[in-house]
Amino acid sequence: MRKVHFKGVALPYLLLLPQLIITGLFFFWPAGMAIYQSFLREDAFGLSSQFVAFENYADVLSDPTWLESAARTGLFSVSVALLALGVALFLAVQADKHIRGADTYKTLLVWPYAVAPALAAVLWLFMFHPNIGLFGRLLNGLGIPWDYRLNGGQALTLVILASAWKQVSYNFIFFLAGLQSIPRSVLEAAAIDGASPMRRFWTVVFPLLSPTAFFLLVVNLVYAFFDTFGVIHSLTQGGPGKSTETLIYRVYTDGVMNLNLGSSAAQSVILMILVIVLTAVQFRYVERKVHY
Amino acid sequence: MATLHLQDIRKSFGPTQVLHGVTLDVADGEMIVIVGASGCGKSTLLRIVAGLETQTSGQVVIGGQDVSGLEPADRDVAMVFQNYALYPHMSVFGNMAYGLKIRGVPKAEIERRVKEAAELLGIGALLERRPRQLSGGQRQRVAMGRAIVREPKLFLFDEPLSNLDAKLRVQMRAEIRRLQRRLGVTSLFVTHDQVEAMTLGDRLVVMHGGHAAQIATPMEIWARPADTYVAGFIGSPAMNFLPATLSHGGAVATLAGGLAVPLPGRAGADGAGVLIGIRPEHLRPGAGGLSPTIELVEPLGSESVLHGRLPDGSPLTARLPGAVHAEGALALTLPPESLHVFDAGSGKRIEAGA
Amino acid sequence: MDLAEKTRRRQRRDAIITHLCLILGVLIFAFPIYLTVIGSTHDVNTIGRGDVPLLPGGEAVANYAQAWEAGGGRYMGTPAGRMLANSLVMALLIAFGKIAISLTSAYAVVFFRFPGRMVCFWLIFITLMLPVEVRIIPTFQVMVDLQLINTMTGLVVPLIASATATLLFRQFFLTIPDEYVEAAKIDGAGPLRFFKDVVLPLSVTNIAALFVILFIYGWNQYLWPLLIVNDRSLETIVVGLTKMIGGGDSQNEWNVIMATAVYALLPPVAVVLLMQRWFVKGLTETEK
Repeated sequence: MRKVHFKGVALPYLLLLPQLIITGLFFFWPAGMAIYQSFLREDAFGLSSQFVAFENYADVLSDPTWLESAARTGLFSVSVALLALGVALFLAVQADKHIRGADTYKTLLVWPYAVAPALAAVLWLFMFHPNIGLFGRLLNGLGIPWDYRLNGGQALTLVILASAWKQVSYNFIFFLAGLQSIPRSVLEAAAIDGASPMRRFWTVVFPLLSPTAFFLLVVNLVYAFFDTFGVIHSLTQGGPGKSTETLIYRVYTDGVMNLNLGSSAAQSVILMILVIVLTAVQFRYVERKVHY
Repeated sequence: MATLHLQDIRKSFGPTQVLHGVTLDVADGEMIVIVGASGCGKSTLLRIVAGLETQTSGQVVIGGQDVSGLEPADRDVAMVFQNYALYPHMSVFGNMAYGLKIRGVPKAEIERRVKEAAELLGIGALLERRPRQLSGGQRQRVAMGRAIVREPKLFLFDEPLSNLDAKLRVQMRAEIRRLQRRLGVTSLFVTHDQVEAMTLGDRLVVMHGGHAAQIATPMEIWARPADTYVAGFIGSPAMNFLPATLSHGGAVATLAGGLAVPLPGRAGADGAGVLIGIRPEHLRPGAGGLSPTIELVEPLGSESVLHGRLPDGSPLTARLPGAVHAEGALALTLPPESLHVFDAGSGKRIEAGA
Repeated sequence: MDLAEKTRRRQRRDAIITHLCLILGVLIFAFPIYLTVIGSTHDVNTIGRGDVPLLPGGEAVANYAQAWEAGGGRYMGTPAGRMLANSLVMALLIAFGKIAISLTSAYAVVFFRFPGRMVCFWLIFITLMLPVEVRIIPTFQVMVDLQLINTMTGLVVPLIASATATLLFRQFFLTIPDEYVEAAKIDGAGPLRFFKDVVLPLSVTNIAALFVILFIYGWNQYLWPLLIVNDRSLETIVVGLTKMIGGGDSQNEWNVIMATAVYALLPPVAVVLLMQRWFVKGLTETEK
């Protein structure tokens, strides 16, 4: 903590004011409203609303389609996270070796960070569209009926691939930074001890990377929960049927499309609790790292 | 240029009191060195004078004006920091000029003063450089320059030499002393290094536990330390202390080992406990005194430092001229004129003969 | 064959495998873009027929010109030039806005002691846990109440609050030595002067790094513009592009859509590549 400060009370408040106004207006007020609305139910005409306590929550949590959606979100998120983490770790380990052109490889693997999730989806659509996509046509040509617009499983696969593809470069950057912060001497000691490269990776490198990997796992799960909205919206709109509808997509459809405010608000609050849990987990990790 | 008067400065941080009332008068142009171990309150005292810290009670008077409630900028003081605090993104010129610019000094005047100070410090060729392109000694000079251009009433130095290597430290020490004499600016200099303190100060303030244990010239402090803390702190190797009991009307001290040492005069009532202090360099080879067992000899070329132990187990250090080959026991005498007598309870100096 | 020779061969083999892996990785990321760029140089029938070309065609100028001026797809929407301008304004305003208010907030929290300091800090910090996505509907209602729907202000201002940027600057400000503040006090510099003369110049690298991340964050916004904007003149390119595609109908003007996709990709990719060094540093330091 800083020991030396400037005097004054009005000035710091003035400096904080813009941030506080925006936070209050667009974060706390809506969050409060979400909580408030989640306890109300509007009549069919939207003319009056009554307090229903936890009924909206009960409805959401007992709705089989919501539960399916939750299970789907779990499958989707874990798949995206593991795929994106695995590929990124593999590439980072390769790029960290002393080979010619390592910097070029790094640059060429970093830039997809700039691609918007929705745009990643569009690029994958160009490849896997059943009529105009190279691979979509190829699959159909091989006798595999491919149309992600009709087949739910194929739609989910495509959404997972596009979402993971976009996230690899982010993970790559962090894994590479993690690898580079491992002291050379530790690796050299392991080499002199006679450990094979594979063994060196699993017994020395991977344990030292595990804090990074854990941090990235949380970040990737949050990404898969929320930021993939653009991927789903531009690729499948949650369909076909509900086969790619994640929880966040459902909040959107229930609230924006179906105007079911009470239910949408209750879903929002449930998601808020989820984010708070994830953030808390992440900060426990940060705290631990500080103590290293 | 101005006088400085500190009146009963006290400071507490919450329940812990770090300054227990320090009073000090500094004459115009005088260099005062505040010396003490870490945590003695010396830096806090300096920062209170600068206005960076507010005293709990007491007054700071600079040039006859009570500045107690004023901001640092309004006290007309300049400070040289331990890590120099040079702004890394400004050139040497920019660093030296910054304080003047804020005070609205005209450009030409700034230019003139910075050039002058830079010439004085021998950094005239470095004005366009950034701090990170400078060596430690050069940074130190820039930090000095920043203080000089301000032409303040008071220079404050907060351990400015502690980040330099030993050789440079000796060189910069002499340079600071010359400069301060030449400019004649009243200065406070904080250090934990007793050699720095002895060589730089017109007078020293030896701080101990938030008190000014002694305020006097370097030689006075060395020759007549006010208490056992000051006696042990100033001088290297540190003074030896031997417990003793007074007898013969207080004119003779009998050491724990049984040796009776005559004192130059009465030092107190018979039976009173005292500590006899003797500096290692005042012990002389010869019979009729102490006979410690020598455990270690450190040859320093022109002299040797001997670490020994008296028969009762207490340690004794001696510094003898030339190379000394001593194994086992060595006989040392205690010249009476070099003895210091301290009260065993309070540790205060007792003037024998009073 | 002696051991040295064997080792040398094995090392060469390992290096080749490493290169192959990396090249495969690079291809996985480059190929979709390659296909898109190639597609954008052919006429509408070539792509519509499903003859996926792998080599450039001759319609590049026509396609890019049409996308720029008229837009394409069944939606025949907003011209890409217009959408690019909207995205650019939005991304720049978001990036600079976030940096500005985070700098001042962090400065207040770090360099002053005032009642309610920690409360303010926590209020900002907690927003980390309230992403737009979980408060879509009520936020939308607030926007309606404030009449901010279909305005650039509505698009930008609510996204300007930034816990992450504030935390980063706070972290950095804590590393500025106390002595600088003390030297400034003795030099007679007040808090605003110190901010302008010392803190801001020292933060330049951090600001540059953060700029890249925030520019991309702004450019890539999706759900927010989708909610706030239905006026075509305010359409941003990422949202506009997916609106062009609609349900993915084969009869779309795919060549123009692909040209628009390339337009949408270029600015953020250029920013990342040009400022790669800062960006990587900024990213790994922001999200600790």
